[in-house]
Amino acid sequence: MDKLLNDFSPGLFVVSTILLLALIALMVKFAWKPILNSLNEREEGIQGALDAAEKAKREMANLQADNQKLLQEARLERETMLKEARELKSKMIADAEEEAKTQANKMIAQAQDAIASEKKAAMAEIKSHVAGLSLEIAEKVVRNELSNKDKQLELVESMLGEATLN
Amino acid sequence: MNIFQQSFKFLALALLVFLPTSIFANSEGGDGGQVDTKKEVEDYILHHIQDSHDFSLFSYTSDEGERKHFGFPLPVILWSSDGLKTFMSSEFHHNDDGTVIVEKDGVKFAKIHSKIYELDAGASSVNFDADHHATNGHKVLDFSITKSVFGVLVIGLLMLFWFSSLARQYKKKQIPTGFGRVLEPLVLYVRDEIARPNIGDKHYRRFTGYLLTVFFFIWFLNLAGLTPLGFNVTGQLAVTACLAIFTLVIYTVSGNKDYWMHILWMPGVPVLIRPVLAIIELAGALVIKPFSLLVRLFANISAGHIVVMSLIAIMFTLKEALTVPGAMGLSFVLSFFILLIEVLVAFLQAYIFTMLSALFIGMAVAEHDHEHEHDDHGHEIPDAQDVRGDFI
Repeated sequence: MDKLLNDFSPGLFVVSTILLLALIALMVKFAWKPILNSLNEREEGIQGALDAAEKAKREMANLQADNQKLLQEARLERETMLKEARELKSKMIADAEEEAKTQANKMIAQAQDAIASEKKAAMAEIKSHVAGLSLEIAEKVVRNELSNKDKQLELVESMLGEATLN
Repeated sequence: MNIFQQSFKFLALALLVFLPTSIFANSEGGDGGQVDTKKEVEDYILHHIQDSHDFSLFSYTSDEGERKHFGFPLPVILWSSDGLKTFMSSEFHHNDDGTVIVEKDGVKFAKIHSKIYELDAGASSVNFDADHHATNGHKVLDFSITKSVFGVLVIGLLMLFWFSSLARQYKKKQIPTGFGRVLEPLVLYVRDEIARPNIGDKHYRRFTGYLLTVFFFIWFLNLAGLTPLGFNVTGQLAVTACLAIFTLVIYTVSGNKDYWMHILWMPGVPVLIRPVLAIIELAGALVIKPFSLLVRLFANISAGHIVVMSLIAIMFTLKEALTVPGAMGLSFVLSFFILLIEVLVAFLQAYIFTMLSALFIGMAVAEHDHEHEHDDHGHEIPDAQDVRGDFI
């Protein structure tokens, strides 16, 4: 301990204190401050770049998801459009069929009506014809009766035979 | 990597080539002659551990039997009873036992074991008592540019040059090139592994400048001490004391209210014990912590120098027992491996000093959230963090 104290040099202590104070001040001013600032700046820059890259990645992923969604929507829309078109088509066909059917039915009904009225008219004509014939016959019969009784009968007979043929 | 390998190879080579020759050929200690015996080796090592007023690389004895010293003198600056006196150390002619007297303006100085004494008025030579203490002189305040001061200056200028050029590099580019690429990870290491974890994210920036300076100062000087230049700056008590006192001042000045509360009036312990604890804590904070810092660095570096030099001295002390080649081989192998360990110790001691400084500062500025946990009876349970210092 005595030797240690003997070795301790107060002069060296003072000189090294002054030199160290100067060294610390100079180093802080000319070295550590700029170095640490630059290191911090660099680290912040790197962190910023990493964050930006991460953000860009996320945006890209979002964009891709959006695209996917859009595509999906477009596909769905196309499908619904196709479906609607198909439905429209079949509906149109069905409508047309229906229309044609009702039209045909209507025409058939008209034809039938026409046939019925024609038939009626024909029947009426036949009736009037038959009535005329009957009147003629009756006239002839009456005339023949007036001339020849036998011949009148014979005529009636033959006339009737003709009439039934009709 | 390449730079590292190359400089390591170069360093190893330089150590191998120069160390055994230069340090021991250099002999200004004791009688100034060659070093052969155990006693001379011991004196030589003790002399080397001390600061010196010359910067001598080596010396040899010429054919005429004259001792030649290779190196250069350093200025001596003294505060004597007659005011400031300056002269070059060459005026002592490498004498270290007080026989050469330098007279300046009527004041006589003698150098004894690397200490400069001022002789009492009227005395013309130094008288010694039985313990070899000067009886008619006293030590003067010695502000000389000694070898240690010279080392501090050289390393300080080197640090300024290296790191300010690194700082300048950042103005032009993001990533430094050349030697800056070696220095940058070291700066980052001190900031991220020493300053930030120990002081905390909020306050570390204020103290990082000091910690970086101290770390590189100690490390570079430790390494310089392992070169044949033979610096022993971090093995000088005055220098380590100065560093330790800086740390003491910093953590004492920046200590916050909590820190002083925990020292002077420890919460969570019975009131009667608090004054006793305050004494212990005060002693710990103001004496033990800085003392442990200064002694650890001083002792490790001095011991390293003594061990390396003792192992090199094997080649003289064991040359009878092992023959000259045997002693040289043994000393070569042992000192080589110890030097490698010393390279590690150089870093380790710089790391420990900086790390402990950071820890002490961190304890002084730590912000306790002061939500101390309370036990069932409402007493505070002291937080475990505060006892960290007691283990050091």
